[in-house]
Amino acid sequence: MGPSSVEAGGRAAARRPGILSAILTVAHLTFTDARRKRLLAAALALGAAFIAVFAIGLHFIARDARARMAPTQQGFTLGFVVMAALYAANFLIVMTSVLVAVDTLAGEIGSGVAEALCTKPISRAAVALGKWLGCWMLLAVYSLVLCGGVLLTARLVGRYTPPHAVAGVSLLLLEGTILLTLALAGGTRLSTVANGVTVFGLFGLAFIGGWVEQIGTMTTNPTARYLGISASLLVPSEALWQLAAHQMQPPIMRDINLTPFSPASVPSPAMVAWAVGYLLVALAAAVRLFDRRDL
Amino acid sequence: MADPALEARGLRKHFGDTAAVRDLSLSVPRGEIFGFLGPNGAGKTTSMKMLLGLVRPTSGSGRLLGAPLGDPAGRARVGYLPEHFAFHEWLEAIELLRFHARLLGLSRVGLEAHLSGLLARVGLAEAGHRRVRDYSKGMKQRLGLAQALLGEPQLVFLDEPTSGLDPLGRRLVRDVIRELRAAGTTVFLNSHLLSEVEVTCDRVAFVKDGRVVREMAIGAAERDLEVELRLDQTSPDVLAALARFGRDLREDGAFLRLRVEGEERLPEMTRWLAAQGIGLYHLAARRPSLEELFLEIIGDGSLVG
Repeated sequence: MGPSSVEAGGRAAARRPGILSAILTVAHLTFTDARRKRLLAAALALGAAFIAVFAIGLHFIARDARARMAPTQQGFTLGFVVMAALYAANFLIVMTSVLVAVDTLAGEIGSGVAEALCTKPISRAAVALGKWLGCWMLLAVYSLVLCGGVLLTARLVGRYTPPHAVAGVSLLLLEGTILLTLALAGGTRLSTVANGVTVFGLFGLAFIGGWVEQIGTMTTNPTARYLGISASLLVPSEALWQLAAHQMQPPIMRDINLTPFSPASVPSPAMVAWAVGYLLVALAAAVRLFDRRDL
Repeated sequence: MADPALEARGLRKHFGDTAAVRDLSLSVPRGEIFGFLGPNGAGKTTSMKMLLGLVRPTSGSGRLLGAPLGDPAGRARVGYLPEHFAFHEWLEAIELLRFHARLLGLSRVGLEAHLSGLLARVGLAEAGHRRVRDYSKGMKQRLGLAQALLGEPQLVFLDEPTSGLDPLGRRLVRDVIRELRAAGTTVFLNSHLLSEVEVTCDRVAFVKDGRVVREMAIGAAERDLEVELRLDQTSPDVLAALARFGRDLREDGAFLRLRVEGEERLPEMTRWLAAQGIGLYHLAARRPSLEELFLEIIGDGSLVG
């Protein structure tokens, strides 16, 4: 070969990257690719707009509340507005977690990019885990900016901090992580669009299950309640939001129990353990499905 | 280094009820430029993907640079240019190569010089900092070739490497294959362009319906000659006697044609004709082109699809 390769003669001792190095490289690649596609920039720009709308709204609501309301009522109003913002943030996290991961394997299998990756001396597991990690980093940055923005705005503008904020945000991140992992696993076998429809369908199932559980509890109908709990076991996303909402609202809202953010049937803390186990099984399934996939 | 670069024993692949590859058994020694030929749908790409661990064989086994198929260790010194090279198009070409180098576990020492050397080799020295999505099809293919040469592989798989390339690009591929041969690198080439295979390969295998139907060396000494004769008599006795010098004797208008195994057969034939007093008006011998052999072995009927 030409002089360039003579220069690179020392390269003859090529070795394989370790599994951790391979995972980090694929994660870095996934993250860089998403950044280049302006996915992160778009998410953060719209997230900033979201926080700006919330901040301006909260500013006026808080000003009026302080002028006209009794302290208890003030606390309730601010708590309600902040919960509404967190509810919207939850929805955005759900959407983003699916959108970030829905195409990362499905699209690259379809386009042939996966072939170039999987003929390198690294295991398929390293590719799948690297993809997962890269997507998760995007989700984590987005979730923390969004929730952090809401909480910081609440504190600076409304002089209010919801209780158990760290635990609540962690639950939202866990919820997003589960949906992201489902989208990654689905992407090993389904096309991008079918995968997106499936994961959002599962999310919808959990969502209606959550409402059936709440209303079943209020009307003391055990069948409806158990049906809802079963849906949450199948896809724990809504249960994690309910738990997060229960944690982050002021006690007065919880006691009145009449807002959409006050679950009548609070998911058991065991649901968190279930969700973590669920996440690990979904990730293992994603790795195995990708490993067995012909490319 | 005595073990082959590549070995397959009875590899099969079924997709549902369809057999894409029925029996792939071959061995490619180190340093050989091996051509893998066959019509569309013969199972060439699936075979290549099984060897590279992209497709799991239904049965059979094989080894890639000494490691069992599917073992990532075997791919440490393997380069691969897929038929349609695709990669994260939002990256710059140089970044793309850098990521691939990291996935190969190449040392960072001297890496940048290696990468710019490769870009220069495929004629993309000026385009290294452009995004791959702005590349033309031919440029992407060149970049794919550079990627396949990262880290000086011992075995390079090229799946239709000239598809999408202009004559200059095709010449580049040919030159690169020659350089790989000089460096002792094994090349597994899957191509439709038989004229190119003919000038680059040491040996070829013909694949039909998922089976290797024939393997042969491209070297001049080992290929049959097609002989054309015109005689003043073609009695059945003469024909029967001539047929002993070769095979596939047939009449074609005023001419007789037959296949003979080596050129030493030609003087033997003329001496015999002279001894019999048979007049010889025309004798021509040539090696059939790979294309003619392809059509003969694979058959015209298989060319569709």
